[in-house]
Amino acid sequence: MKTPQQGFGGLGSIPSFLEWFGELGCFVGKFVRSTFSRPFHFQALLQQMHEIGTRSLPLVVLASASTGVVLSLHTRESLVRFGAKGLLPVVIVMTIIKESGPIITALIVCGRVGAGIGAQLASMKVTEQIDAIEASGINAFRLLVVTRILACILMLPLLTIVADLSGILVGWLANTLVEHVSLVRFIQDGFKQLTFQDLLPTTFRTAIFGFIIGLLGCFQGTRSTGGTEGVARAATSAVVLASLFVIVADVGLVRLIQIVFRP
Amino acid sequence: MTPPAQGNAVIRVESLFKAFGSLKVINDVNLNVNVGETLVVLCRSGTGKSVLLKLLIGLQQPDSGSIQMLGQEITQLAEKPLNEVRKKVGFVFQNAALYDSLTVAENVEFPLKYHTALTVGQRREQAMEILTRVGMQDSALMMPTELSGGMKRRVGLARALVLKPKIMLYDEPTAGLDPITSEEINELILKLQQEHAMSSIVVTHEMHSAQRISNHVAMLDQGSIVFDGNFSDMKNSDNKFVSLFIKNG
Repeated sequence: MKTPQQGFGGLGSIPSFLEWFGELGCFVGKFVRSTFSRPFHFQALLQQMHEIGTRSLPLVVLASASTGVVLSLHTRESLVRFGAKGLLPVVIVMTIIKESGPIITALIVCGRVGAGIGAQLASMKVTEQIDAIEASGINAFRLLVVTRILACILMLPLLTIVADLSGILVGWLANTLVEHVSLVRFIQDGFKQLTFQDLLPTTFRTAIFGFIIGLLGCFQGTRSTGGTEGVARAATSAVVLASLFVIVADVGLVRLIQIVFRP
Repeated sequence: MTPPAQGNAVIRVESLFKAFGSLKVINDVNLNVNVGETLVVLCRSGTGKSVLLKLLIGLQQPDSGSIQMLGQEITQLAEKPLNEVRKKVGFVFQNAALYDSLTVAENVEFPLKYHTALTVGQRREQAMEILTRVGMQDSALMMPTELSGGMKRRVGLARALVLKPKIMLYDEPTAGLDPITSEEINELILKLQQEHAMSSIVVTHEMHSAQRISNHVAMLDQGSIVFDGNFSDMKNSDNKFVSLFIKNG
């Protein structure tokens, strides 16, 4: 078996690159089969949802709020220059809901959760904790991997909704500090052009980002080898690969949403 | 080597092979462990002893050969029946492999949580009972990182015992421990053997432990069994590796 560095992480050779994808494909297959087989560890899923969702909330809110401020300052300057200041609420709302909210949430979760999952599972593997779970007659894949990936899938859209709200509210705040606009007016103007076709697909595409983050964290973690060095490698490669895959998937998903949900 | 006599074998290994690439780790191994018997497998460090134990519990798949645990051929078993067999086998890992996010008591309760319908209180009661047996009742709320090597082994032993297994597998239970703690662990293994008539396989490289706890000794060299008999017979073996091991043991 190749280490992530020899394989995809290091792009060492075409066979190892293909081998990495092959193993990832088998891992996805195992995830699908295990998700729909019993027993289902509901309590462990709730625990992971708390770990992945609730604990990521402050970071996601802070990052999204900062983006809201920056977006408001930049956009205001540009729109004033072109005499289109009145479009500011709709530009902020559209930008946050359609792109910056989902992608910022995904990248923050990649950094916090992807690395965490990768390091935790790799550490459990090298210290034989995963073997100990299997040895006591419990399917470790179902307990550790399925619950983590599902928790990521479920929590990403919820975190994105919170991130969107935070970005929009702080965007309004930054705007109203320069020129007073009531919140109700800002929201009304901002959401006037927005339809469910804009809101739902863009928010729920983050479930796919969640799948990517959980999948790569678990995959890199469980195939880790080589003691503490392997743990560090698994954590780093989980973050790097998940971030990269999220950005690439975003390109494809945006285009797909445009095609499928064309008004 | 031909398989030893069957008797009331609870573990029966026949013509077992396992290789990693070109490295043969287990090479035509045949073993029998009878009810209540403790087999000590002696070998040098890093020569496939952990692999042998992992093969016995289905954590790794052999390249060929047969492994019967409690009358079931485990190399062919699907996940569910394999897990049923695993519930009857306790595995004590070399470095205890305690779950580092759980307390000592939660570690011991872990198999009960997933395999029994006991309430939280009943699980804790059973865990405390087992922890008392291994002398770790006062450390129930500690985290694994706060424990010494010997304490970890005891907790690992308690966790392996909690489902009342019929077979125990020990991977170097005394490696890296001081002589007094090693002796305490040996005593504990003997006590279990005597009180519950458990069948055990202990993999170690320590001659003293082998002498203290074994009914039956097998010696593994380069993946093959080079001696199979009792401890006193081993001293009369004319095998070069066995003589060298005894001389330096």
